[in-house]
Amino acid sequence: MTPLLQASRLVKTFAISRGGRQSRLRAVDDVDLIIAPGEAVGLVGESGCGKSTLARLLARLIERDSGDIRLDGAEIGGVSLERFTASPDRRRIQMVFQDPTDSLNPRFSAFDAIADPVRVLIKPRSRAELESRVFAAADRVGLAREVLPRFPHQLSGGQKARVGIARAMVVEPKLLILDEPTSALDVSAQANVLKLLARLSHESAVSLLFVSHDLNVVRLLCDRVAVMYLGKIVETGRASEVFSAPRHPYTRALISAIPRIGVRDDARERLDGEPRSPIDPDPRACGFHGRCVRQREMCAREPPELRTIAPAREARCHFPVET
Amino acid sequence: MSTLLSVSDLSIAFRTSSGVVRALQRVGFTLRAGEILGVVGESGSGKSVTALAILGLLDAAARIVSGRAEFDGRDLLRLRRSELEDIRGRDIAMVFQNPRAALNPIRTVGAQIADVLARHTPASTAVIRAKTLEALRAVRIPDPERRSRALPFELSGGMCQRVGIAIALSCAPRLLIADEPTTGLDVTTQAVIMDLIRDTARERGLGVVLITHDLALAWRYCDRVTVMHAGHVVETAPRDALFARPRHPYTEKLLLSAPSRAVRLDDLEAIEGAPPDLRRDDLPVCRFSERCSRRGAICDEPGLSLEALGPDHFAACRKPL
Repeated sequence: MTPLLQASRLVKTFAISRGGRQSRLRAVDDVDLIIAPGEAVGLVGESGCGKSTLARLLARLIERDSGDIRLDGAEIGGVSLERFTASPDRRRIQMVFQDPTDSLNPRFSAFDAIADPVRVLIKPRSRAELESRVFAAADRVGLAREVLPRFPHQLSGGQKARVGIARAMVVEPKLLILDEPTSALDVSAQANVLKLLARLSHESAVSLLFVSHDLNVVRLLCDRVAVMYLGKIVETGRASEVFSAPRHPYTRALISAIPRIGVRDDARERLDGEPRSPIDPDPRACGFHGRCVRQREMCAREPPELRTIAPAREARCHFPVET
Repeated sequence: MSTLLSVSDLSIAFRTSSGVVRALQRVGFTLRAGEILGVVGESGSGKSVTALAILGLLDAAARIVSGRAEFDGRDLLRLRRSELEDIRGRDIAMVFQNPRAALNPIRTVGAQIADVLARHTPASTAVIRAKTLEALRAVRIPDPERRSRALPFELSGGMCQRVGIAIALSCAPRLLIADEPTTGLDVTTQAVIMDLIRDTARERGLGVVLITHDLALAWRYCDRVTVMHAGHVVETAPRDALFARPRHPYTEKLLLSAPSRAVRLDDLEAIEGAPPDLRRDDLPVCRFSERCSRRGAICDEPGLSLEALGPDHFAACRKPL
């Protein structure tokens, strides 16, 4: 089966100047990622690891430095952002942003927020067509018709999250990229939004790339998970397996840091310190070196590659945790 | 253990342009020395208003309708401003939700710790400087000499929150009120910050009120948990009892909506409806009753209060589970 999206050797750096010296911040550093049709992939990692930058690269909101992005086998990474925005492919990858309050135009009603991408990307022939598409999208995300004339300040957090999802789904994308879509919601509203996303992915065979620091949510929603650290993917695998038996020492520390109700874990592994700077990183050392409890001498002089260590399981580590 | 803080019968209303918001009604709980009490609930349940009231930090629109907050045999709600200013920062400290917003952006973090020390424990510059570095070391900030000269924007969110905790703990308070101290931080940083708060509570007998919407965090760190809904305390119990056998229907619903307990997505249950608008004149006796599947005629009878249902276990419900 052709992957829906395939990113290869994707790199994004930002130029920064420190004390008059020009440096490069390697936000996304040689990333490979595959998303199959209908698949829900979780992208997790600490703040600053590059997960949001990777999401924006894949959504074609920012330009990559190098690497390929293939959508249904066709290279789209080399198409300029202006041309991509005007191309039919723009409809096929849509994004849902983190804070539903900040990402909605306060002067657009819920109807207009959902109608805007239809006007731009589908160019409906009539008001009736526009309305039928907006109403259909609102129905699918569980937004009542009487809510549509309201403005963002008149909507609850859960309703705003639904507007954000509806305006992405209204153009019938193949891939929905969601950057922390539930982090601003109360647990009760969050449960509904997660179930909605699971239902959408089953009903409309849309693939999800779900970016989150909340690993519990990723565990429940996603088929597969990719763990990022310092711009690189350090582990991938089936979500249930990665959570029950993490193989990369970083993934293990990350998962043991999540509190779980009913689990007494006072003796758990603790990860102190902060990730190293992504500015001009040492190309020879493993990115996790210095913070890793399993590191040995070779980790400082030979960068590990992402390699398959078990069926459907990859880890970027010389000494992965045994199962 | 002795009672450190006792809040009782606390009712607070806010005057707004669209009516009076009955934010808290007859809220009560106690905190013992060395104990971590979790206060959990959805947004708008009154968690932060309770914290601000104890510290005398409510804004001018707020009116304390009734209640007491006893600390050291004194009612914090009736102290003069100068008395409160002597206590705040010295005996009672607060850690705020957004660490970057809580710090002064144009003063070095070392100077901000020194300000608090100089206010409450006047000493020579050299002594204050030494204590400042000690406070930074206590929260495990690497290279405290250099970091003390940093401005908040130069530090990560996790580092800023460590500074916030360093300020709070610098004068060795006996009561710490932490309002969502790790919301917005990474789980790894959250674990470091919360371990630090717990270790300090154990070592120094510090009492902590931990306000959080994260039930799993409350499970890991709290001795007892108080659940709030729409300005009411609905249940208070020791941690194990509350999570294993919740007695208030709202607590049960809250637990069923927590992702960390679910094995599959289908296990998650959303809480239907929303809390009532607290500006309403016809607020029900039980503010959860309109969302509750167990509601009966008895629920509308006046005089609802927390009843003992087990050892140290209280719930405000006419039809408890």
